[in-house]
Amino acid sequence: MTPSRRPRPEGSAVSTDSGLTVKALYDADDIGDDLGVRLGAPGHPPFTRGPYETMYRDRLWTMRQYAGFGSGDDTNARYRFLLEQGQTALSVAFDLPTQLGLDSHHPLAEAEVGRVGVAIDTVDDMADVFDGLPLDQLSVNFTINATAPIILAFYLVTAERRGIEWDQLSGTVQNDILKEFLARHTFIYPPGPSMRLACDLVEFAATEVPRFNPISVTGYHAREAGADAIQELAFAMSSAIAYCDELVGRGLPFDSFAPRVSFHFATTLDLFEEVAKLRAARRVWHRLATERYGAQVEASARLRFFSGCSGATLTAQQPLNNVVRSTIQCMGAVLGGAQSIHVMGYDEALEIPTEEAVTLALRTQQIVALESGLTRTIDPLAGSFYLESLTDEIERAAGDLIAEIEGHGGAVAALGEGILQRWIAEKAYQTERELSTGHRPKVGVNCYTDDSDVDQLRLFEMDDAVCERQIARTRQRLERRDGREVAVALEGVVAAATTSDNVMPPLIEAARAGATLGEASAALLSVFGEYREPELW
Amino acid sequence: MGDGRPRILLAKPGLDGHDRGLKVIAYGLRDAGAEVIYLGLRRTVAQILDAAIDEDVDVIGVSILSGAHLALGRNLLAGRDERGVGDLPVVFGGTIPGRDADELRSLGAADVFGVGSELTEVIAAILRVAAHEVTAT
Repeated sequence: MTPSRRPRPEGSAVSTDSGLTVKALYDADDIGDDLGVRLGAPGHPPFTRGPYETMYRDRLWTMRQYAGFGSGDDTNARYRFLLEQGQTALSVAFDLPTQLGLDSHHPLAEAEVGRVGVAIDTVDDMADVFDGLPLDQLSVNFTINATAPIILAFYLVTAERRGIEWDQLSGTVQNDILKEFLARHTFIYPPGPSMRLACDLVEFAATEVPRFNPISVTGYHAREAGADAIQELAFAMSSAIAYCDELVGRGLPFDSFAPRVSFHFATTLDLFEEVAKLRAARRVWHRLATERYGAQVEASARLRFFSGCSGATLTAQQPLNNVVRSTIQCMGAVLGGAQSIHVMGYDEALEIPTEEAVTLALRTQQIVALESGLTRTIDPLAGSFYLESLTDEIERAAGDLIAEIEGHGGAVAALGEGILQRWIAEKAYQTERELSTGHRPKVGVNCYTDDSDVDQLRLFEMDDAVCERQIARTRQRLERRDGREVAVALEGVVAAATTSDNVMPPLIEAARAGATLGEASAALLSVFGEYREPELW
Repeated sequence: MGDGRPRILLAKPGLDGHDRGLKVIAYGLRDAGAEVIYLGLRRTVAQILDAAIDEDVDVIGVSILSGAHLALGRNLLAGRDERGVGDLPVVFGGTIPGRDADELRSLGAADVFGVGSELTEVIAAILRVAAHEVTAT
């Protein structure tokens, strides 16, 4: 074993992860004299100190580990395990075919069925996922975007079959299609119709599923794809503006949907910058809601967010180091005032996590919650000269970037031209070069390396028979349905898509009739067409 | 074409949308003087082979982070023979555990870069493959 040691590099010592210059010392001159106004009280404008008056003294954040694989029953077993371990809510990961509107038997789905999430072909699969789980008591997050209206329809029909009223359901549908074009890339239809579908869901949920967050506007994926903290915040807010403009343009009052708009941010390793970003995010949203949209209801301007710790910060080398990284990130999310948190498994740079790794991730949240004392008082870092100065600086920098994106015609136009994608890719390349040169230290990667063999880690073993099993099960289930009823229901979906009628009611009808996810998506495709990425290179 | 610069096709087969790594490699290869044909997301094996033959590339580079690397890799490597380009080198990158990297090599992959691979080493290795300094094992 030949450990390598390098001196502390200049760059990262004097600037934040996003490149903001950091002084050796901060004092009262750095925070100005109107700090009280910029902070406000917790639960009150501009919400810098948190969206609620009592924060964690009253109620801890929701511990929500993102999970799903194989068929509905495999995923159900993992959820039961997580709930037994003290997890307080669920977060569903779907496989790529489900995210892209393909049934498990589709030729392009081969090798992807049940891999990165659960495979959903019909309502019956959704029923398997939640079998025996109390839907009226559990908050459920769905990481689903292009096919979000279909998945929500499947969930609503699952609840209906079990006699649970829709207004008893709580949770979140990610439903942020813009960041799919930006970074995550599970888009199907072109941006225009995709925006329309996302907003149909928001509009429908506002009255029919009132306790659900019908959208989670996300900066997380841009961050994971390479963006820095300031870009992450600006991209999320630019997307939020695009959705709100569309909904307001439909004639919906801002206050009728804004209180249920939620957000999703990463929390990475630069602790103070991350906490500052999360506090600044609440201030930026408050300003947008009140100044741009004239919010009359306080809840419309109150930003609530889920934070996923960053997978991109984890390393394959010395994987146990990831436990420490995740702990720092979890602390950042808590100090930033998160409403729900996911902590990565230490083995997630290599595979979907083992039961042991997810348990440790959940224990990390529990230790931070119960042993660290971070939750004793609200916004405990407030008043720190450094933190307040950073919060102001990030708010300002993000504001400038939002204005720049507006100058390109807003998020949708800038995405269409590939501008934002290019910014992200350039930043990712810069980060990678800094890792190569050692300018950006990474323990176990470019300093303090050793020759320990990562292949000794016991990884999750995927069951290769999942795909065949899922296809066989769906075939069997499809035999039981009335083909004519399905065809009529799918015609209803096409009819709504062709006009400006909300697509949710006919999608729910199609789900009731037993239509598959692939059939419902094909109906939408027949009207909207398929999108291909613009040439960026 | 024909200016002596290595020509490298980069693509993401399958449904996976994680293209951070592939774009970083594209930048790195360009900075190293290679010509990159960037095919992008959600490409079928047939599309990748068609483009590689049309563009007369020296190397195909694919990136897979969804776990579907063995099935897709098998199809791509075997597909070369069916198209008469059995000696066209293919390199793989992504979340590919060591056990699977070995299997891809035994199926004919010229190189495999798993998680944690270092940028300059990956670029140098791809350029060596392009220059036929190493051959498929």
